[in-house]
Amino acid sequence: MDTFKDVLRQLLRDVRSQKLRTFLTVFGIVWGTVAVTLLLAFGTGLKKQLIKKTAGLGDRIVIAWPGLTSMPWEGLGKGRRIRLNEDDIEALRKETPNLKAISSEYQTSMKLNYGTKTIAIDVSGVSPEFCDMRNLIPAEGGRFLNPLDMDRQRRVLFLGNEMAKSVFGTENAVGKTVLLGGSPFLIIGTLEPKEQDSSYSGRDNEKGFIPGTTFRALTGRKWLNNIVFQSQTALLNEQVSDSILKGLAHRRKFSPEDKEALSLWDTNEQFAFFEVFMLAFTGFLGIMGCLTLVVGGIGVSNIMNVVVEERTKEIGVKMALGAKARYVLSGILLETLCVTAIGGLIGFAVSLGICAVFPQFGLTEFVGEPKVSPAVAAITIGILGVIGLIAGWFPAREAASLDPVVAMKL
Amino acid sequence: MLALAENQPAPAKLGPQAVPAPSIIRMEEVRKVYDTGKVKLEALKGVNLDVTKGEFLAIVGPSGSGKSTLMNLIGCLDTATSGRYVLGGDDVSRVTRDQLAEIRNRRVGFVFQSFNLLPHISAAENVEMPLVFGGVPVKKRRDRSRELLERVGLGDRMDHKPTELSGGQMQRVAIARALAMEPDVVLADEPTGNLDTSAGGDIMALFQELWRGGSTLVVITHDPSLAKRAGRVVEVRDGRIVSDERTENRPG
Repeated sequence: MDTFKDVLRQLLRDVRSQKLRTFLTVFGIVWGTVAVTLLLAFGTGLKKQLIKKTAGLGDRIVIAWPGLTSMPWEGLGKGRRIRLNEDDIEALRKETPNLKAISSEYQTSMKLNYGTKTIAIDVSGVSPEFCDMRNLIPAEGGRFLNPLDMDRQRRVLFLGNEMAKSVFGTENAVGKTVLLGGSPFLIIGTLEPKEQDSSYSGRDNEKGFIPGTTFRALTGRKWLNNIVFQSQTALLNEQVSDSILKGLAHRRKFSPEDKEALSLWDTNEQFAFFEVFMLAFTGFLGIMGCLTLVVGGIGVSNIMNVVVEERTKEIGVKMALGAKARYVLSGILLETLCVTAIGGLIGFAVSLGICAVFPQFGLTEFVGEPKVSPAVAAITIGILGVIGLIAGWFPAREAASLDPVVAMKL
Repeated sequence: MLALAENQPAPAKLGPQAVPAPSIIRMEEVRKVYDTGKVKLEALKGVNLDVTKGEFLAIVGPSGSGKSTLMNLIGCLDTATSGRYVLGGDDVSRVTRDQLAEIRNRRVGFVFQSFNLLPHISAAENVEMPLVFGGVPVKKRRDRSRELLERVGLGDRMDHKPTELSGGQMQRVAIARALAMEPDVVLADEPTGNLDTSAGGDIMALFQELWRGGSTLVVITHDPSLAKRAGRVVEVRDGRIVSDERTENRPG
């Protein structure tokens, strides 16, 4: 307790008498702390944003496209086009184990008329499962397609939010009727705005979704463009994909080894990739920040060396009066830790301030929202503590090993 | 007048009818060699010294005679290369650094030529310093520093910083600090060396008073007027004690 009071007093005295020096020392630590926390905070924000954007495409779904065969199979030549229809989907839905949801998707570009406006729009014919699989969440006041729409081939349309804006402006789109390829369609819902950085047929906010049954009746199309499916858990994606490939190979007579007859895109791989990528990236940022902090620590250590030199006589007198090495050591060490802690606190405050102001710059869509998470704070505090201890240890040890006779004569 | 006088036995009377007093400092064949690598300097070449409780001893000698080394050894600031040193009944010839620090804290009160007060803290806090290292509780420290500063006539200067005091006042603060832990011996190194004649006289009078109060005093000095007041004068020359004489002075 006395030691601590003593240390605080020494510190205040130094701060008063050596303003510039103290400022520079503390600044080194502040700078380092800001570097560590901000880099890690931006890393955390970026990761969240990437995950969110990836999820814009769907919730760990697999997308499958039928293509051309690349190997001969059962007497059939290669280069044959594989085509799939609703019977295949029904069969897969019944036969594939661990499948959570599956939907066909039919696509075309159509003309949309509303009042005097005519706009080209990409329209997908899908089933209600699409809602959850592709994170097509309806904005308040609307809904997605439902099984009844499918059964009755209703002419209903779920509209992407950007498309709704270009057609209706600020007006509420839900309940309005538009002409889609010449037929009247009732808008039942619009998309809740979402982040999406990957797609396979345009971004959802510019698209329209209608029941697959309606789509087929309206266009006379029989063959689907692609399949979207989801396993019970993301870990089963590979196994389910395999079952689906085998099922379709059997039904449509192509080799289950043929990678081109059915192309599969497991979006969960992207999540896994981001996990690894961001871990490495965050590690890199963290190390850069730490190095900056280490440089600050070296500054503190130097200053503490000067402090010990300045106080040599005082330390000598104290030792003559009975101060043990431990007292001298802990005094210097504590003082270093105090300087480091003060610098760290200021650094934290600055970082939190920057994180709070940052969203106003309108860059969050690209780099996310930086966040000083508890983990980031804990890591920074840990590093600060270690650096403070090391920075203080060498000058403190030097002070503690002074010979009082020599020290007092200075 | 001195509070300490009540707790301590009467100072030893010297002379034929003297009662043998307990020995405070006992040095036997103490040597100190400074080894600077190539050159070995023998600063003390076998010193035998016995100081009993309540003595006022002056150590005199030319510079380079080894008296500073002797003072460092007596004050436990340093340890002897060989020989035996018993301070207050305990052999302190071979102890660790921390043990030396503790011995200095409890058994030796230092008074330096250049005062060696800490300039940033008040007179009272300077006096409290050894008590802090000795682990004395705050309340007791306050009382003790007040009592001691009053005793050296600085009761009204408690909160002054050393820089606000005259040389004589600073040395009186230093003496109060030396007495803080009730040491076995007060060890003074040229205590009047940095003072003018009148302030020096005051300090000498204060030492006289301490002697009367029963303190054991060892003073290293060039100042003949200070040495003259001691009860015993030891002369060191070339690392040896060349004379050891008792004077007519008595504490009373």
